Amino acid sequence: STVLEGLKYANSHEWVKHEGSVATIGITAHAQDHLGEVVFVELPEDNTSVSKEKSFGAVESVKATSEILSPISGEIIEVNKKLTESPGLINSSPYEDGWMIKVKPSSPAELESLMGPKEYTKFCEEEDAAH
Amino acid sequence: ISVDALKPSDTFPRRHNSATPDEQAQMANYCGFDNLNTLIDSTVPKSIRLDSMKFSGIFDEGLTESQMIEHMSDLASKNKVFKSFIGMGYYNTHVPPVILRNIMENPAWYTQYTPYQAEISQGRLESLLNYQTVITDLTGLPMSNASLLDEGTAAAEAMAMCNNILKGKKKTFVIASNCHPQTIDVCKTRADGFDLKVVTVDIKDVDYSSGDVCGVLVQYPGTEGEVLDYGEFVKNAHANGVKVVMATDLLALTMLKPPGEFGADIVVGSGQRFGVPMGYGGPHAAFLATSQEYKRMMPGRIIGVSVDSSGKQALRMAMQTREQHIRRDKATSNICTAQALLANMTAMYAVYHGPEGLKSIAQRVHGLAGVFALGLKKLGTAQVQDLPFFDTVKVTCSDATAIFDVAAKKEINLRLVDSNTITVAFDETTTLDDVDKLFEVFASGKPVQFTAESLAPEFNNAIPSSLTRESPYLTHPIFNMYHTEHELLRYIHKLQNKDLSLCHSMIPLGSCTMKLNATTEMMPVTWPSFTNMHPFAPVEQAQGYQEMFTNLGELLCTITGFDSFSLQPNAGAAGEYAGLMVIRAYHMSRGDHHRNVCIIPVSAHGTNPASAAMCGMKIVAVGTDAKGNINIEELRNAAEANKDNLAALMVTYPSTHGVYEEGIDEICNIIHENGGQVYMDGANMNAQVGLTSPGFIGADVCHLNLHKTFCIPHGGGGPGMGPIGVKQHLAPFLPSHPVIPTGGIPEPEQTSPLGTISAAPWGSALILPISYTYIAMMGSGGLTDASKIAILNANYMAKRLESHYPVLFRGVNGTVAHEFIIDLRGFKNTAGIEPEDVAKRLMDYGFHGPTMSWPVPGTLMIEPTESESKAELDRFCDALISIREEISQIEKGNADPNNNVLKGAPHPPSLLMADTWKKPYSREYAAFPAPWLRSSKFWPTTGRVDNVYGDRNLVCTLQPANEEQAAAAVSA
Repeated sequence: STVLEGLKYANSHEWVKHEGSVATIGITAHAQDHLGEVVFVELPEDNTSVSKEKSFGAVESVKATSEILSPISGEIIEVNKKLTESPGLINSSPYEDGWMIKVKPSSPAELESLMGPKEYTKFCEEEDAAH
Repeated sequence: ISVDALKPSDTFPRRHNSATPDEQAQMANYCGFDNLNTLIDSTVPKSIRLDSMKFSGIFDEGLTESQMIEHMSDLASKNKVFKSFIGMGYYNTHVPPVILRNIMENPAWYTQYTPYQAEISQGRLESLLNYQTVITDLTGLPMSNASLLDEGTAAAEAMAMCNNILKGKKKTFVIASNCHPQTIDVCKTRADGFDLKVVTVDIKDVDYSSGDVCGVLVQYPGTEGEVLDYGEFVKNAHANGVKVVMATDLLALTMLKPPGEFGADIVVGSGQRFGVPMGYGGPHAAFLATSQEYKRMMPGRIIGVSVDSSGKQALRMAMQTREQHIRRDKATSNICTAQALLANMTAMYAVYHGPEGLKSIAQRVHGLAGVFALGLKKLGTAQVQDLPFFDTVKVTCSDATAIFDVAAKKEINLRLVDSNTITVAFDETTTLDDVDKLFEVFASGKPVQFTAESLAPEFNNAIPSSLTRESPYLTHPIFNMYHTEHELLRYIHKLQNKDLSLCHSMIPLGSCTMKLNATTEMMPVTWPSFTNMHPFAPVEQAQGYQEMFTNLGELLCTITGFDSFSLQPNAGAAGEYAGLMVIRAYHMSRGDHHRNVCIIPVSAHGTNPASAAMCGMKIVAVGTDAKGNINIEELRNAAEANKDNLAALMVTYPSTHGVYEEGIDEICNIIHENGGQVYMDGANMNAQVGLTSPGFIGADVCHLNLHKTFCIPHGGGGPGMGPIGVKQHLAPFLPSHPVIPTGGIPEPEQTSPLGTISAAPWGSALILPISYTYIAMMGSGGLTDASKIAILNANYMAKRLESHYPVLFRGVNGTVAHEFIIDLRGFKNTAGIEPEDVAKRLMDYGFHGPTMSWPVPGTLMIEPTESESKAELDRFCDALISIREEISQIEKGNADPNNNVLKGAPHPPSLLMADTWKKPYSREYAAFPAPWLRSSKFWPTTGRVDNVYGDRNLVCTLQPANEEQAAAAVSA
């Protein structure tokens, strides 16, 4: 599966893209591949907050329902409402149109504990091998 | 002639247990053992092996089939069925004989599994979609599930939904006192685990000023019959941000303004009086309907419309993953099995009578109630409540008990509300004669100067025009074209022919124990002295039932090694919940309110954590080792780390991986040493009976899935039964009932019940004769042989398959338990094949696939049971081996990875007989890959159903006919 440069990754398979004061969060290509075709996305409300490693929503496919954990803490400033009508965007464009929330990070230092692309690629390989 | 040769010839175990002694030896040899017993000795750990099991009295040896029928007739004769006017959610009904014989008594409808494999289940899927349409049409809300367990638990599920809708921020749930007492108690018990406070008040005194109310439950019509206009009530609730749940009655809704038109958010009730007998409490199909907004919060199984591989409309279960992967510790419902068979009966009743027929029945019932009320007013011996009513008349009198007793002398049961109040509920079976008898009862010896017939012209209608239904219902052609018996008979058979059941072939679903549902076991279930008993009839009228409960409770205690049983939980998941609530009550009784940690292995069934979450427990997961066994060191650490707060461990035995774990006694000890109780999930009891027992192993409580190990058929997705057994120290806490007090069987010395789990005192009592007769006919020896042969059959199949597919997880001596897992994960890389492809291809071979991707993703779990013959096991193995060869054709490059006989499966006649055929393999090979298919073939009726399309475009009711025709025209 594709792993993009410039993003940070959590071991629960979410990605974060930090640009200026905004961090965009979604699930990785690897995660959507394992879930299969997504049929429903449960998203948080606007103007709520998320905490690192706490669930902010769920993704439902015909194979599984998975909680989505936030890689970082912060204030939600935007939610991708397109996913309600077109949950398949998570499969077709996990890193672009399939983003889930935009957050104003409350402790940007948390980003440093996340994996980089190389590390995450290796993590996925090891996880697949263990199964 | 020898004396043995003169003994009865209709013994039962040899009809249930398939393998003959010769075959047993042959199969054991094939597995590398001298005989069956050495195989068993190598499989079941010595430390937990029982010497023997013995029943008391006549049951040890086992009754023959004719002796059993005689015994059941004797019990039946001890039930005295009075004419019931009790109501309270249970009404007599005429089960249309065409439905009784062709659905309720028909193995082609009652032996199927839950319709996970949609392509061979289109018949009951259509019928369940009819059910959902009956519910949405009559309640006036757009979304319904395909049944829940009973009205009480449906109300409790609705309560949990209200809590979820308000995200757990408001912690009070208000219940109006005009709800049935059992509904109130089930909700109160359930509220505990969610940390909700239930307030029960008169409807006039409902008050939301605390700002802490998430929902309110009212009943329409009320338990004492009144029909209130809830228009303002709903507006007021909504103005306060409170969700409204309405419990209602389907028959009344043919005449009354539907709850959806008042703005109710959730509507619950029971479909019982639509042609399902009362059966001393169940099983019946309950329902839950809601708005589009809350559809994804709706508990239970939901049937939805989708399309198949050729674009034609096809049905399947929607949003399945919510159930399979119940969100563990975040779950607010654990429901799996519901009441499919009963929902189908209810739906067929609506199909048979149609909208006009149902309305005529309702008007007749209403008319009889009205004539009765009129007569009482004329008699002047009692006061009739003035409020509008549908079928239940509330009467106030000076001495209600005296009237109740006079009625009883005439074999009439009334509802005694208090010393001055009686209610009289009328139903489809009430006659003018019955009303005249009631006049005599209420006349207290005075001569009655009129008859029901003479009063009839004077009664008009007791329902005000503002509450009269005006909206149409059941307008779909299905409800308007099968009103003659021939038409319905053919419709029932048309649907049944689309469904694969145990009438066709083995259904080797792992963890589901699809064994024989013998005819003798099923027969008493439809005897009138069992079917027509109201659950709240005085206990002395139900002595046949009571004797059976006592015997069954004792037999189950012997089998499980426990001291007392509760027969109340009416599904496996309900049993899990009840068992954990018993543990919770036990800890609380000792002042250990803080004990709320529940340890659950990651390999557990998803219902385990869901049940624990419903009890307010905190879940700690422990892992498994490479052999699939619970990681004992991790468990020990988890238990010790939580020793001050440990409540329980939930463990399945043999494990969900199909292995007898050697360390199970140690596991139980670790939990006990740290102050916890051991809850055993009885899903795999079929590998224990007679060989070991939960009590012997060290469990404190266990539920039994009577629909697995003890022969209650699966009914196409219910009914089930989930009684729980407990050790002595837990027996006082077993559930009771607000109307008919119940408790453990045998009865413990002290009682301190945890509350109420199900709407009826003894759950689905009507199906208990099935398990009872099974145990009684098998005897202790037959049951022990059943466990051994179940293990033998699984090992035989594993041996036959092991050189074709890897077999995951085995015990220390290389054997498996009563089920085993074959690994298909490698084929994803070598051939692009997934378990679903194999399961769908099995349909072309005439089989239902095994359990898919559970407990290990990418695998199949196979459980043959003891009642499948060697010939059938071989046929199934041959099919899987043949499919393995089809996979290797892909691996070798001889077949296209994207377009092959597996990816194209199943192959329905519409595809095979089409004028064009573009597949790279032959039609003949697609349809007839094995020789036995030439003489008899079960045909899937649709191509592979598209789950993604259906879940993205959720449609859960019958579509207007013109759209269907349009769709058909487009695809043609």
